Amino acid sequence: MQWESLTEFWAMGGYGLYVWTSFGATALCMGGEVLALWRRHASAAVERHDGA
Amino acid sequence: MGINWFKYSSPQAFHPLAGKLIPWFAAAALALIGVGLYIGFFVAPTDATQGDAYRIIFVHVPAAWMSMFLYVIMAVWAGIGLGLQARPSFMMAQAIAPTGAMFTFLALLTGSMWGKPTWGAWWVWDARLTSELILLFQYIGIMLLRTAIEDLRRADRASAVLALVGVINVPIIYFSVRWWNTLHQGASVSMTASPTMAGTMVTAMLVMTLGFWMYSFAVTLARVRCVIVERERHPSWGKQAAMPDVAEAR
Repeated sequence: MQWESLTEFWAMGGYGLYVWTSFGATALCMGGEVLALWRRHASAAVERHDGA
Repeated sequence: MGINWFKYSSPQAFHPLAGKLIPWFAAAALALIGVGLYIGFFVAPTDATQGDAYRIIFVHVPAAWMSMFLYVIMAVWAGIGLGLQARPSFMMAQAIAPTGAMFTFLALLTGSMWGKPTWGAWWVWDARLTSELILLFQYIGIMLLRTAIEDLRRADRASAVLALVGVINVPIIYFSVRWWNTLHQGASVSMTASPTMAGTMVTAMLVMTLGFWMYSFAVTLARVRCVIVERERHPSWGKQAAMPDVAEAR
């Protein structure tokens, strides 16, 4: 492992802003998509139940 | 709880099957992305020329690959749908588009995050970047066209045709770095340094890509389930789709 400390890990050799923005945005998008689908599925299931 | 209202067409048979597959794909995605991140951040060493900025590759390349893979898969489903007049195929194409658009957006965003420290620019009108941006517009166009047409059968067909025509852009994106003199680097990361170094970098990238594949399967199946239910609950949509002749005669 190349990281001496947590601060060094966050700093990413000075590129922390770029690296963490990339990974953070990806996590947000994927997590957001899952959450949105979860809610869409829940509302679809409820209405199906009502309709049945 | 009977599910009789489902019994007459294949999407309804597919619905529970998809439900059973989703947890497996989701678990595989979590495991692979976890391992990929671990290798990418803790095993793969710092790049000799790019420093740690290169680590963006572990999310940039998988996202960019998925943006193209998903487009091709969407176009294949669209083509099958048009050829066989198969409703489930159109549903699959519909379910893939948002995830493809998301990965295209992420490829562009992470690319600019990588471009700024290495090229000194967030964006350049380079062949690779421009064709990828066009891909994002294609995805958005396909989704907008679908929502713009009220008749579901026509929406299915029109968006399928648009998806099929646009598939021409995928090889253009892929080969753009060879065909034109681009700022964007060629295929894969330049493997300088020692072979072991390159090995762990490539491993992390491939494991992340596999994880993104599994994620895409899970999310697409979850969305197609929503699409099936939503189409089912609008009687007019269901009728039009289930009985094309009736819809045509009206």
